[in-house]
Parts: sequence; structure tokens; C-alpha cells
Amino acid sequence: MTHDPRDEIVDHLPSLRAFAMSLTRNSATADDIVQDTIVKAWSNIEKFEPGTNMRAWLFTILRNTYYSLHRKRAREVADIDGEYAARMSEKPEHDGRLSMNDFREAFAQLPDDQREVLILVGASGFSYEEAAQMCGCAVGTIKSRANRGRKRLAELMQLDDGESMEMTDAATLGVVNASHFG
Amino acid sequence: MPAKRTKSKVDQQIDENLKRVYDDALKAEVPDRFIALIQQLKNSDGSQRPDGTDSDDA
Repeated sequence: MTHDPRDEIVDHLPSLRAFAMSLTRNSATADDIVQDTIVKAWSNIEKFEPGTNMRAWLFTILRNTYYSLHRKRAREVADIDGEYAARMSEKPEHDGRLSMNDFREAFAQLPDDQREVLILVGASGFSYEEAAQMCGCAVGTIKSRANRGRKRLAELMQLDDGESMEMTDAATLGVVNASHFG
Repeated sequence: MPAKRTKSKVDQQIDENLKRVYDDALKAEVPDRFIALIQQLKNSDGSQRPDGTDSDDA
């Protein structure tokens, strides 16, 4: 029996769901998209080139599924942004460390294109080149989306690139040194 | 020299958090419905696998 690449699909279910969650921010929608992705991948397996990255191929199908669904549902989910924005306007306390919930909420506020690129290159280990191929755009576009996404997150989380972080580090260092020499 | 925009402390912190969010989602258990779906897909085209061989019935 020849190896059937479809047998590998099951191995990618956790990462497909994680990617879908980061796109949809809603587990029911995420699972619907994963389901569609599985069916499409299954019936189009001849388009998969053996030896290439199957996860990238599946992610590409998943994001296409998401964007075609998203266009249909755009109006239904329009409220989410306002709700997140309202919650974010209460300033999180700034102790130099990102709270997970604050981060999730900030992340959810990013536009789709920035969120997906950050997940692809920032979290799931794809290169800028792979992400560009998956998103069907230039590497420069991917880099600029990633940079804009990081910048926006830093703003939302009230992180500065300069002094405040260094001060936090200096303060931490001070505590460490004090404990060493005290 | 260009600013080290991509590996600033803030960016590192952001990437660490992205990984945490993603890894949390990765750890979630895959619902049975997906395993069942794959099994169903396997069964439904069991007689026409892409290599041309029959898997179950002739």
C-alpha cells in the first residue's frame, strides 16, 4: 500500500485548531472552519505536493476558508471590536509583565492580516517566506504586517521600546543584586 | 545600522506571549468529532484511494 498523505491530517489537528482560534477568537467558529478545512484537504489531496510542508498547506486552506466565511459573517461579528475596545480602555496595571488576558484582548483587537502573520511567524515558527507563500503576498508585506502588529500590541499593552523597559530591567537587576549582596 | 526593530525587548516579550497563547491552544484536546469526521471520510472513499488500490472492498 502506498503512503496516503491524508493519514497525516490527523497529526495537524491541534495546530489547525490553534490557528483557527487565533483567527476567529471563537471556538465554535474555529471548529467549523477546521471541519471545512479537513473536508477540503481530504477531497483535494491530489493538490498537495508530497514532500512539501503539509502543515503550511493545511493552514493555507484554513485561512482561505476563514476569509471566505468572514466576508459573509462580517456584519454579525462587527460588535466584537467595540466590546474589546471598551474593555481595553480600562488601563491594565503596568508592572513590566504582560498579563495573559490583557495580551489576549489586545491581540484580538488587531486586524486579521496582522493577527495571522504574528501567529504564523511569531508563534508557530513559519519563516517570513513561508508565511508570504501561504498568504499569497510579498515577503515585504508580511514583514510590514508583523511589524505593524507588534507595534500596535506594544501600544495597546503600553509597552515602550525605550526607557520604561530599561527602568524595569534596572529595577529587577537592583533587586537581584541586592539579594546577592544583602 | 538599522534599529534592531525585530528583536527589541518589547518584540521578544510580544513573541513570548504569542507563543503562550498559541501553545495554550495547541494543548487543547481535539474533539472526537474531528476524528469521527476523518474516519467517515476514509470510509466514504475507501474504494477509491489515490494510489488506485482498493482499501476495503473490491
